[in-house]
This record gives sequence, structure tokens and C-alpha cells, in this order.
Amino acid sequence: MNDNNERRVVSVIVVNEASVLSRITDLFSGRGYNITSLTVAPIPESKYSRLTIVTSGSVRVIEQITKQLHKLIPVLRVYEHADLVEKEMALVKFPITENISDISAICNAYNGKIVNVGNDVIITMVADEPKRVDHYLEAIRKYNPKEIVRSGAVALER
Amino acid sequence: MQISGAQMVIEALIAEGVDTVFGYPGGAIMNVYDEIYKQDSFQHILTRHEQAAVHAAEGYSKASGKVGVSMITSGPGFTNAVTGLADAYMDSIPLVVISGQVPMSLIGTDAFQEIDAVGISRSCTKHNYLVTDAKDLPRILKEAFYIARTGRPGPVHVDIPKDVTAQIAEFDYNVELDLETYKPHVKGNPRQIKKAMEAIANAKRPVFYLGGGIINSNAAYEVRDLVHTTGIPAVETFMARGTLSYDDDLLIGMLGMHGSYAANMAMSETDLVIALGARFDDRVTGKLSEFAKNAAVIHVDIDPASISKLVHANYPIVGDIKNVVNEMLKLSSMVDSNNYEPWRETIENFAQLHPLTFHEDSENIKPQWVVKRVGELLGDDANISTDVGQHQMWTAQFYPFTRPRQFISSGGLGTMGFGFPAAIGVKAAVPEKTSINFTGDGSILMNCQELMTAVEKKLPVINIILNNNFLGMVRQWQTLFYDKRHSETDLSVQPDFVKLAEAFGGIGYRVSTKKEFDAALKEAVERNIVAFIDVKVERFENVMPMVPSGGSLFNMMLLEKKESK
Repeated sequence: MNDNNERRVVSVIVVNEASVLSRITDLFSGRGYNITSLTVAPIPESKYSRLTIVTSGSVRVIEQITKQLHKLIPVLRVYEHADLVEKEMALVKFPITENISDISAICNAYNGKIVNVGNDVIITMVADEPKRVDHYLEAIRKYNPKEIVRSGAVALER
Repeated sequence: MQISGAQMVIEALIAEGVDTVFGYPGGAIMNVYDEIYKQDSFQHILTRHEQAAVHAAEGYSKASGKVGVSMITSGPGFTNAVTGLADAYMDSIPLVVISGQVPMSLIGTDAFQEIDAVGISRSCTKHNYLVTDAKDLPRILKEAFYIARTGRPGPVHVDIPKDVTAQIAEFDYNVELDLETYKPHVKGNPRQIKKAMEAIANAKRPVFYLGGGIINSNAAYEVRDLVHTTGIPAVETFMARGTLSYDDDLLIGMLGMHGSYAANMAMSETDLVIALGARFDDRVTGKLSEFAKNAAVIHVDIDPASISKLVHANYPIVGDIKNVVNEMLKLSSMVDSNNYEPWRETIENFAQLHPLTFHEDSENIKPQWVVKRVGELLGDDANISTDVGQHQMWTAQFYPFTRPRQFISSGGLGTMGFGFPAAIGVKAAVPEKTSINFTGDGSILMNCQELMTAVEKKLPVINIILNNNFLGMVRQWQTLFYDKRHSETDLSVQPDFVKLAEAFGGIGYRVSTKKEFDAALKEAVERNIVAFIDVKVERFENVMPMVPSGGSLFNMMLLEKKESK
């Protein structure tokens, strides 16, 4: 059994109802589980929402997380992903005085582009695997980013 | 029909067959109480504290097997009830707790007696609801009862704003339940059950590890059949006391921190643990890595999250104990009980080596003697509740339980103050049995106001206070592990318990000899009156045997043998 605290991605399908998100997050905090990131949005044309939770823990902890999540009454299904496609988004604001063509080229390399140009700032967007978003943020550091925002991951089993 | 939200609550309770509600009124729940006043389908028992209203509903539920119901108001009414909810959650007791809430228009304004009740109860209930429209009430109440009593049972909290209880809407309780996301798995997998029976047949030293889930599932008599058919010895958890009768040859005893030597040794030496409705609590297992170290594990539980949570299950079976045990019984011819004869002898030797006993004392009354004596005098005729502490463990160790639902105590949460209100609930559920509450001089003061409830409603609970002028269990740990520094556990300054009982209209007895105890108990039972029997017991008695917290089950502190003269 693998007891290492590895990064895991868990998807949870829940009924859209008041306070369902806090039921999920309370379960994590109450039982001492870690949430690295969490995204949630309604599933189109259904009464359900899908949460993607990035967490970490041993095999045993992840098994408990999935079982405890499944015990919650509004939870329909819980998937612990093994073979998945995973994407995350980052928006970054740069001063307009930076080298825009360099920034644009870097963005392109990470499935991104410039999405807004203002008088003083430009805003870029990339959407890529979380690890590659890390690399992107490393790469653009020298262009003096003013503000960075990252989404949580979304994932689908392959 | 078009009725108010408050009327809907009453109609739903009637439709669910509720005969007793425990509660305490207040501003936000007044509409519902107004409807309670007008009806005569169920009795309402007014406790004197909301915590007690929930504990009483717990006692009622545990004794009767039905869903317990309590009703409270918003704000402090609700926060007082939280301990009860947490207690019921830990012990998987089916309850529906209905609380009033400030009107919808005031929610979030820090209004008078407002609190985020569903936010607070989320972590200590199986499920909860804030009702925002009266038209949802029939569905929600029906779901609440269904969720409380099915699967792994537990408390469900329904919070209803005052304007919703006044709102008029259509009431039809024949709504179909549409709980697509909640489908408890009650039938065990037949293949897994067969594999488990094969493992039992091949084991040399199997042990049944019986947990409280058996009582919840009303499966005790099926389990008795399975134990006797297979001839496999059984240990009981604290929560499972009464699953087997105390005089059953195959009952080794209670295991765990204050379990018997034989039970803990059997668990340490076994090659196959057959866990039925038990959750491997730390008070049971001791040091986890040493628990049943050389055994394979069959684990039957309705809650998949309990299986392999702490101890890996080689044969996991998710299902209702009653169903699974019935299926196991059908395959019991696979098992030859003669195979376990040497194992039964080994266990008998364990039992003889260190029997569960205590040293009698000619001068002082020993608390264990009191428990045994009540057993001799009342036995099966009494239902037994306890508070939390040394007296609780002595009761679990020494009372001769003969049947399930006879023993009602706070296991998981260990709530001092549980016993008296719970015993009131027990008496309301089973009036024909004497309701005894073993308590301590610490515990009884935590809900002694319930004397008024018991006296007013003529629910004659007999509280036997094992009075050692100490917060006994904490004192015991201080003695053993804190070099006798008895920090804040000396309860030498006490109320006059006799006068306290009398002040509320009950009766009190002060007892310092065995003869006085017999007379007091006899009189209290005969007079059928709420009583405190204040028994002065040996001050420094310890609960033995004991596995120190985090220690291994086989490393027990045992009762010191008396030197022979």
C-alpha cells in the first residue's frame, strides 16, 4: 500500500442545493483533510454540480475522503481519478511597459494568449496542466507581473 | 389540504406514528407549540433544558427502537441542544430534532435569538435542513424521518423559520421520496458472505466482535443464533452490551480499555475477527498496530466508511447486520463448532486466570457491589441508563444484562449529564420496566434540573448516585498517570442530594450500609417515585482492569490480588 502523501484529484457530483458546498468543505476541515484547490460549477441541463477537488494524502486517507464524501446525503457520485486530463487556468496582469511580444510568445507556449489590453496593463490567460501553469508563472516572473490569479483544477477521466 | 407550516409539523409527526415528543418552547417555535396545545395524538414532555430534551429523545429511541423526536426554539434553545445532537450522531441514534428559527426576513441580521443553526449542526448530524418555504415541509419532514432511521441511523435536524410555520401551503404527506443520492446498501454481497463463512470454517481461533450496530439493526437474536450455531466465542463492545445474555457460555465479556482480561486476550490471540456492526473505536482497540495482530478480519457494517477505516478488512461486507447475519445463518452448516473446542478451552483458562471481579470490603460499600446488587434485585426487570465516568464502566462490567436495549449509555461522545434525561426517555418508552440511572456525584449535577420533568410527568426514574466525592474517572487517571495530583477533581463540597430530590418533589435516600441500600431500593421501586439514592462508596476505588490509553490490549493493568493471610 502506498502511504505517501501524494497529490490526488477527486471529482464529486452533488445535487444543486443550498449549502452543499459547505457540507463538502466542512467535511474536509472537520476531519483534517487538505484541500489544495476546489472548483465547482453546475453540470449543464441537470440538477447537479460537479466539484473538482485537488487534495493530498495516503491511499488510506483518500479512500476515507471518497467514502466520507459519498456518505453526505446530496452526493451522487465520487470519482478518484487515476488516468485523467486535468487543466487549470491562470490570469496575469502585467504593466503595459513590459515586453508584450515576449509575454505573448510565452503565453502561446502554454495554451494562452493576451485577453485584455488597457491603458496601463495587459492581462494574459493560460489554460494548461497545473504543473505547466507552475512553469508558466516561473517563466513570466521577470516581466514583473502585478497580479496573478489561478483557478482550481478541472479534470475528466480519460 | 391547505394548512399552516406549524400544522404540517403536527400532521407529519402523527403520520410518522410519533407518540412522544420531548421539547422546550420559545419565541421562534411558538406557532408549532400552539398546534401542540390543540392536539391529543401524542404526548409532549417538557424537559427543563434543551440538552435534556435531546438526551431524553435518545433514551426513548434506544429503548424503543423508534425515531426519537425533540423540539426546541432558535438561538440558545438550539445551541443548548447541540451536545445532544453530537451525542446521538456519535452513537448512531435515529432522531428528528426540529428547531424554530427567526423569520426569513431577519435571517442574517443578527436578530434576537438568531444563530446559524444548520451551520452549527452540519458537523454533528447525519443531515440537516433549513426550510425556506412551507410547501417543502411535507417532503423535508418525510425525508428527515427516512434518513434518520435508515442506513446507519443518526440525528436529522430541521430548522424552520417562524414565518414558514405561519405560512399556509398545500399539505400532502403521501409525497414520493426522491432521494436519488441516498440509497443505503442493506443487502450484503452473497459472494463475500460465502467467502467470509469459508474463512470462519478454516479458522482455528475465531472471535465474534459484536458492536452497537447489532442493537440498532434489531439483530441481536439473529446474532445469538449465529454465535450458538457456530460455537464461536464472542466479545461485546460497550455499545453492544445485552446482545448476548450475561450468562451465555459463549460470551467472553466486554473488551477494550476496561474490558475483561479474557476478552482482551481472546482478541489478541485470535486468528479471525468477525466484526459485526463495530467500528474499531480507540477505546476498544488500544494500540492499533497491536490489535488482533495475527488475525484476518471480516467486517460487516452498513456504513462503508467504517470498513477499513482503522483496521484493514480482509472480508468487507457492506449491509444491514440483520440481513447479513441471516444469510450467514443459511450457510452455517459449513462451520463445525467442534473445531473450536480447544480455543474455547483456552478462553476459559484466560477467564479463570483473571476473572472480572473486585475486592469486597467489610467497612465501605464498593461501587461494583451496588451494581451487582441492583442486578440481583431487579435483573431483567430494569432498564439501565448511566451517566459517564467510573460508574458507567462498573455498570457495563458488572450488571447482568439479559437483552438488547436494556443498557442505555453515552458511548462515543461520553456525555456527562446524559443519564438522567435519557432514563426519563427510557421510562416514557417502556413504562412497565423500572428505569434505573447509575450516575456519579459529578455527572448528576449536569442535568439534575430534570428532577422537575420526571416528577411532573410521573416518570419515576431511580438515580443511584455512586458517590465517591470525586470526579472519579479523572481522579483515577490523575492517580495513575499524574502522580496523584488530583487537580480540581475533589468534589467533597456537595449539595444534600436527599434534600435536592425532595425540593423537586421526589424522594432522597442517604445510604452508607448495604442493608440501607437494599431497603432504599426496595422502597423506591415500591413507591414508584422519582428518587435519588445517594450511596457513599469507597473513595479511591479504581475501574479495573485497565488498558492505559494507547496501550496494547494484552498489556492490562489488572486488579491486584489480595494477599492471603
